[in-house]
Amino acid sequence: MNVQFRDVSEQATSVNASKATKTAIKTAIADCDIHPARASKTELYPFMARRWHVHLETYDRHPYQGMMEGPPYPKAQPNASRRDAYPPEGGLQGSSLSFMQQQHLDPNNVVLGVLNPLATGQGIRNLDLAAAICSAINDWQIEKWTGRDSRLKGSIVVANEDSAAAAAEIRKRAGDPNFVQVLLLSRNIEPLGRRRYWPIYAAAEEAGLPVGVHAFGFGGNPITASGWPSFYIEEMVGHSQCQQTDLASLVLEGVFERHPKLKMIMIEAGFGWAPSLCWRLDKVWQRLKSEVPDVKRPPSDYIRDHIWWTTQPMEDPERRDDLFDVIDWIGWDKLLFATDYPHWDYDEPTRVLPAGVSDANRDAFYLGNARKVYGLS
Amino acid sequence: MTSSIAGGVDCDLHPAVPHLTSLLPYLNDYWRDQVTTRGMVDLVSQSYPPNSPISARPDWRPAQGKPGSRLPDMQMQALDPFKVAYGICNPLFGVQMVFSEDMADAFCRALNDWLAREWLDKDERLRGSIVIPVQSVEKSVAEIERCAADKRFVQVLMLVMGDMPLGKRTWWPIYAAAERLGLPIGIHAGSSYHNPPTSVGWGSYHIEDYVAQAQAFQTQLTSLIVEGVFARHPRLKMVMLESGFTWLPPFLWRLHKFWRGIRMETPWVDRAPLEIVRSNIRFSLQPVDAPPDPSILNRLFDHMQSDELLLFSTDYPHWQFDGNEVLPEGLSSDLVRKIMIDNPYATYGRLTQPVLKETTP
Repeated sequence: MNVQFRDVSEQATSVNASKATKTAIKTAIADCDIHPARASKTELYPFMARRWHVHLETYDRHPYQGMMEGPPYPKAQPNASRRDAYPPEGGLQGSSLSFMQQQHLDPNNVVLGVLNPLATGQGIRNLDLAAAICSAINDWQIEKWTGRDSRLKGSIVVANEDSAAAAAEIRKRAGDPNFVQVLLLSRNIEPLGRRRYWPIYAAAEEAGLPVGVHAFGFGGNPITASGWPSFYIEEMVGHSQCQQTDLASLVLEGVFERHPKLKMIMIEAGFGWAPSLCWRLDKVWQRLKSEVPDVKRPPSDYIRDHIWWTTQPMEDPERRDDLFDVIDWIGWDKLLFATDYPHWDYDEPTRVLPAGVSDANRDAFYLGNARKVYGLS
Repeated sequence: MTSSIAGGVDCDLHPAVPHLTSLLPYLNDYWRDQVTTRGMVDLVSQSYPPNSPISARPDWRPAQGKPGSRLPDMQMQALDPFKVAYGICNPLFGVQMVFSEDMADAFCRALNDWLAREWLDKDERLRGSIVIPVQSVEKSVAEIERCAADKRFVQVLMLVMGDMPLGKRTWWPIYAAAERLGLPIGIHAGSSYHNPPTSVGWGSYHIEDYVAQAQAFQTQLTSLIVEGVFARHPRLKMVMLESGFTWLPPFLWRLHKFWRGIRMETPWVDRAPLEIVRSNIRFSLQPVDAPPDPSILNRLFDHMQSDELLLFSTDYPHWQFDGNEVLPEGLSSDLVRKIMIDNPYATYGRLTQPVLKETTP
């Protein structure tokens, strides 16, 4: 949660708070959800054929939504980002490496920062344009970010609705240490287990890269099974329902049966829902398994073996034991700390985890799990 | 196994219309003629394919006809064994799927009359839900008012997946009528299939549609809370039927967090989501999406921070449990009493608790 929404009492500089901050500075952490932005509209042009510059100037991006610019649910803050995150040299929040280092990476001792670029070619209806933008973003990540700060690692973004092009892009980048995962968004034309997406999973497994599924995206489907809601908060809360459905689809379509080495990471959609979803899936599967013969084991088995979750926005129930129950049911080895920098609903590393966690679990939560899942140990 | 107690209320029973033609006696000449001349087919929703294992428990499946289509079966299999004082009938006949509001209205009127004549008249324990033609808010209100004169109708019934999120202001005249007449709104699993059955499109399998009901309830609860339905209608109760409930606490943690962050968007939401749920929302017991371990289940009940949210249900004839194990293991006797008796009576204002006959020497 953004500090500006905290109660005054919480902001008070008590001895304990400053102690906690100092401790956190010493502790190295991974941030598994950082959003790098472009400083200008033309920043990607050097990485794209001239044809696409003209195309974009003339027709723009033509996505699965009506607004030419910006979202139909206005965000809570400009660009959904912290007001204190505008770089001094100008440009959007998250568009300056030096300011990101100064404001976030250095003071929070981020030793591994995973970049998840949004506003890519995903959800663009023109598939050639989608592939061109994605490939450009991947080059841009190396040029502007990962090539200049070794703490940062990129995500291979792909034209999600053109799985042949997506798989080719993954194979092109396979083995490049600048990238640690393939990135999809949760909202696509179809649920993520459907066959149109299978070549993406095959290529990712082959490259030994986890597939991250970040909340958001555009596939033209309303964000509820009853059509479009009214408010931004419904979209924000709704990401967790989208993610639950995608996960059910992935399991029930047999994706993990087909790709036993595939790892997937659910990003920015919460994790508290996971136990209940697993119990429901297992129960219903007992009744209906004859419909899905490719699913050989209880669904929760696949989820346990193949799925990780990033933490932000952290579930924070009134009573910390409720949170610990849920994490125990999921496993302390399955959560990856993330801040969502520079977005407004940023989770502050020093405040996110209540007291009472063992050192081993704390280390796994903040860094160890991330190193393992991304193969960086 | 936790034993059930006598005198409870089964809040989710599904009597089945044998066939669309069973409604012919309850349709006017025009619609009777439409049904026969056009060769209209039965309105069976693919939310519950009749032969799917979840649609009927194996030992509750009749030799012939749809599960739940015979009153003697329901009496023998659900009403008698659980010794309920009342059973609330929630027909899942697929009237929500048609697109014409006139046709939906005719079918709903016939369905509600059929329920009163063929079920409520024949067993005094039974109570009904008013199925409304959601294709028209105006006609829905008229049907609520028409049926409410019969006090055996104790709630209004809608499906969790439809054309529009249920908090939208368009629906509010329905809620105003229900509140005025002391009728909770029951929201049952199922879809009109006018939108994809998930928020990320059409899945491949029936099992996905069923799993997705839980996510649909979550988005509807968000909509109902943030649109301000309960600020406008503080006395309105809503009951989530066949929704599952173990998703509720983490859902509320998330909603609460975003409500704190962006409440300026919906300033009329002046109470925390959990408080709104406590005062206005209830959940039917079955299905219990939890492992059989009572210690986990009791942690889940603790996470709910209230023992007033659950209402007893068998979900008859759907296959949610085996034998008499309708109550999960490990419930305290206090909680059993809350779930089976106190909570349903507190929710359904039209149910009067029968005076228990004490045997005096």
